[in-house]
Amino acid sequence: MSEYLVNLKINDLSVSVPEGTTILDAAKKLNFRIPTLCHHPDLTVAGNCRVCVVEQKGSRALVASCATPVSEGMEIFTNSRKVRDARKNVIELLLSEHNADCTKCFKNGNCELQDLASEYRVGDHVFIDLVKTSARHEIDISSPAIQKDDSKCIRCQRCVRTCHEIQHVSALAVVNKGEHQAISTFLNKPMNDVVCTNCGQCINRCPTGALAERSYLDQVWDMINDETKHVIVQTAPAVRVALAEPLGFDPGNRVTHKMVSALKHIGFDSVLDTDFTADLTIMEEGTELLTRLKKALVDGDKSVKLPMTTSCSPGWVKFIEHTYPSLLDNVSTCKSPQQMFGALAKTYYAQKKGLKAQDIVSVSIMPCTAKKYEADRPEMRDSGYKDVDYVLTTRELAMMIKQAGIDFESLPDMEYDRIMGDSTGAAVIFGATGGVMEAALRTAYEIVTGSEVPFKNLDILPVRGFEGVREASVTIDGCTPEWSFLEGVELKCAIAHGLENAYQLMKAVYEGKANYHFIEIMACPGGCLGGGGQPIPTNEEIRSKRAQAIYAEDSGLPLRKSHDNPEVQQLYKEFLGAPLGHKSHTLLHTHYKGRKRY
Amino acid sequence: MTVKELVNELVEKHGTTHNSLMPVLQGVVQQERYLSEEAMLTIAEALDISAAEVYGTASFYTFLDTVPRGKNVIRVCKTISCHMQGKDEIIQALEDALKIKVGETTDNKRFTLLTANCLGWCHKGPVMLVNDEVYPELTPQKAVEIIQEYERNTK
Amino acid sequence: MKDKKLKKVDLIFECNDCKPVEVLEKTLKRDQDEIILDIIDSGLKGRGGAGFPTGLKWKFTKNEDSAIKYVICNADEGEPGTFKDREILSRVPEKIFVGMAICGYAIGAKEGFLYLRGEYNFLLKDLNATLDKFNAQVKDLGLDFTISIKSGSGAYICGEESALFESMEGKRGEPRNKPPYPTVAGYNSKPTVINNVETLAYVTMICRLGAQQFKDMGTNDSRGSKVFSVSGDTPIAGIYELELGMTVQEFVNEFGDGDTKAVQVGGASGSCVPRKNFADTIIGFEGIPTGGSMMIFNSSRSMYNVLHDYLEFFAEESCGQCSPCRIGCQQLLKGIEAVKRKERNPQYLEDLKKLAATMKLASKCGLGQSVANPFTSIVDNFKEEIIY
Repeated sequence: MSEYLVNLKINDLSVSVPEGTTILDAAKKLNFRIPTLCHHPDLTVAGNCRVCVVEQKGSRALVASCATPVSEGMEIFTNSRKVRDARKNVIELLLSEHNADCTKCFKNGNCELQDLASEYRVGDHVFIDLVKTSARHEIDISSPAIQKDDSKCIRCQRCVRTCHEIQHVSALAVVNKGEHQAISTFLNKPMNDVVCTNCGQCINRCPTGALAERSYLDQVWDMINDETKHVIVQTAPAVRVALAEPLGFDPGNRVTHKMVSALKHIGFDSVLDTDFTADLTIMEEGTELLTRLKKALVDGDKSVKLPMTTSCSPGWVKFIEHTYPSLLDNVSTCKSPQQMFGALAKTYYAQKKGLKAQDIVSVSIMPCTAKKYEADRPEMRDSGYKDVDYVLTTRELAMMIKQAGIDFESLPDMEYDRIMGDSTGAAVIFGATGGVMEAALRTAYEIVTGSEVPFKNLDILPVRGFEGVREASVTIDGCTPEWSFLEGVELKCAIAHGLENAYQLMKAVYEGKANYHFIEIMACPGGCLGGGGQPIPTNEEIRSKRAQAIYAEDSGLPLRKSHDNPEVQQLYKEFLGAPLGHKSHTLLHTHYKGRKRY
Repeated sequence: MTVKELVNELVEKHGTTHNSLMPVLQGVVQQERYLSEEAMLTIAEALDISAAEVYGTASFYTFLDTVPRGKNVIRVCKTISCHMQGKDEIIQALEDALKIKVGETTDNKRFTLLTANCLGWCHKGPVMLVNDEVYPELTPQKAVEIIQEYERNTK
Repeated sequence: MKDKKLKKVDLIFECNDCKPVEVLEKTLKRDQDEIILDIIDSGLKGRGGAGFPTGLKWKFTKNEDSAIKYVICNADEGEPGTFKDREILSRVPEKIFVGMAICGYAIGAKEGFLYLRGEYNFLLKDLNATLDKFNAQVKDLGLDFTISIKSGSGAYICGEESALFESMEGKRGEPRNKPPYPTVAGYNSKPTVINNVETLAYVTMICRLGAQQFKDMGTNDSRGSKVFSVSGDTPIAGIYELELGMTVQEFVNEFGDGDTKAVQVGGASGSCVPRKNFADTIIGFEGIPTGGSMMIFNSSRSMYNVLHDYLEFFAEESCGQCSPCRIGCQQLLKGIEAVKRKERNPQYLEDLKKLAATMKLASKCGLGQSVANPFTSIVDNFKEEIIY
């Protein structure tokens, strides 16, 4: 942004802001809140909802404050009669094309349009109801992850911009014009039949209930109430740093043990941790990386593909299946922590607890909507059953807690159950972009050299942060004889989050312009902490607070390296054998499917 | 020529930038009268634009049809001055002659009958386009004769 | 203002001794700034309807520091009731191309495009033939400037300049936020002059005859002459070039059928002038500006049907991106239908007028902003016809 300051007046108060600032941001500086709908801080400006219009002295028409840069001597009124009347009229118009069946809506109580309607006391619907007068809209529930209800869509295009700008997917687009304009897919196909990655970033930015997760709350309650079922639940790393938000806390609160408490209170038979299988993922994936390096560098095996990329983000996995099917051999064969957990729940856990697999119901709480799709993949039945039965988002868990009448704040802290409840700091940072890389390096370096990674307090700072694509390298020093071929090798790593960044990185790999060994990719901005199943709103400031919480959680834990997880060690001893062993191969690894790109 | 070959030829001619999307879409419609799923997917791939975006752009423009159309597309102007000058009678005559309603295509796939917004012949209405050709100062009888002429010339 | 009689002019279609390329040759010998000053001095305003001073557009674009600039001729004439650009394109295309080349020379652009509405595709063959010849002549004159033609595909909104750029860039024709204006960031985000067909033809004539002769015609706010598209209930529908400054009454005296009850000035997005206002309404920027569409209605016409047609047109042709226009057009249309069917009481028309006012204030572009013109002027002046 320019150094040059522009002077203007807003509601008769003077303010100086850098050239290029919008009226909306300048007003914010003076603490004048201007309502918005199509505006989202993560996205480019659209200026199409017209809710943020303000009066500019000397201008015949009102101007959209989100889309209009300040200019010298400008005089703006954010609350004149003209502005209020027009704004109220616009809100009434939006309501006339919106299915305002609020009481039945998943987003009831967390809807920006509903808030505006109540703020402006839009009571009697002045205008003709365009939803009822048009024969349109069946809710698209073709996808196991996302549901799309066009009758609630106000065409702000936040989803379209998200899908295009942040995710490079463009499964959603604006189609037709005028009265027939809509947000749709290629030839209006069902969501499950197009290039959608199920990342849910669109849901996270939808101001209404037009896009929402497929909710499995009722099914989970049914299972909990079914005496014949043993219902276990796993919680992903990023949930614990965000769950507090919809329950009335500020972003950045860590509520790991209150969450455990709440889940027990709700009635889950066993409350376990995805972090346990995150540690396990590191064991498998770290070993896979080292094996690939050995095969490629020592054995000269041309069939081994490098760089190896991570595979724990199901949005990313589906993205590369569509975008670069020829690079699928570069993707680690490791299942995601959720699915490793699922496969073990109905085998190892069942065995240890003396339960029949068919009596176990495996539920996961995820910051993610793509996890719902992942759990549904036909490949994810290696236990002989559906490995993960139901996936709930962070938002759905918050609803469950509210439904259960739990006073979250006053809950006592409780520990995860055992087995499969123990974890390390390396697992919790899976929730932040760069976290898997950091965790993998902590373990792989130690496997190879017998000593800790050469970073203070094990904090590998170069892989952290929110830069879209980051590069880091570690020179391996002091290898044990078994790994002597890696002595002095500079291990080159790259990290990308958000699929647009992932695309740019993988394009370089595809074109042979990148020579990394290991790449971490997370589909969502900020990694899982900014996942499509996380509380709304999610934005840069909130992502940053959640990230701080995650790293604080890591540094506060006694164990910070995945291979130190005693339960993981026990699992290998009692059940799996060694990483990449036969049983691991059957239960913890998977394969991918090339899909059409367009 | 297959649709794929047609698209590739058009892309060869107009280039692979985003700016060439319109001429490529127009070129396909010129030949095929509409954009099939295959045509749009081929264009998406050739220009590296998402299929949804190709469809979104095509569906914005009245002349870039995305549903099958007949060999000859008739568009009768329905805007005010043509309305005042009897477009309803023209449409009625064409519906009767072709035995279809507005929006439909004849069974032999030779004609699709549509309406259009102002075609820019307000002083000489009613007017219709058949493909790119314009026919002003219509009477019901003239309109039917023109269509018959197309019928004779369509193989 | 003194009482002017309606005066027919013949600049645009005049072709005795008409050699536009010679005008170009002569003009290329002049200093660029001098040409722009001349165009400013002539008082020429955009003939597409919005009426921005043409010379200023050129000046702003010339002042932009950019290696790439464009000249675009807006030939996406879609306003119901307007057809004069088609006639100019088919009869005197060279005058348009010369106007573009002069502009290219004056502002420092090397490329020009003519965006032709898809409805006029039948003109393509002849236009391209003329253009091939013209481009060669320009080259011979030593000017590095080439014109090519881009086609539209049936979308009224693409006549809005920024929507037209979007369309040329292979996108949906949705108007952009302004600023930035085209003179700063137009086609391909480069400084762009975009002028209407008729405006560019006038540029050629101003360069040929001098600014003064043009300036001497018309009024203070509306200099020169203008090509009008006359249709509706008139025995002499067609295209007429008239000096600006006449009243609707003078116009009706010439073109009406003796039973004129209203004139829609400026097309569907213009205003409806009822008989009682004919005498005091000036056609031009001091009264009702127009892109040239003059539609005459006699007493046999139902103004409800007229308004209904217009609203149907806007509901279909709105790009749909901004809420006041997308939803507002549908509400106005369904609203008058509901009043007509007695499902809403006549008082509801007041709510709709407020809505139209909101659309004028809050819509993103000229389309949504102008729907209030026909709506309010017809509802106010012909309320009985709307209700009963």
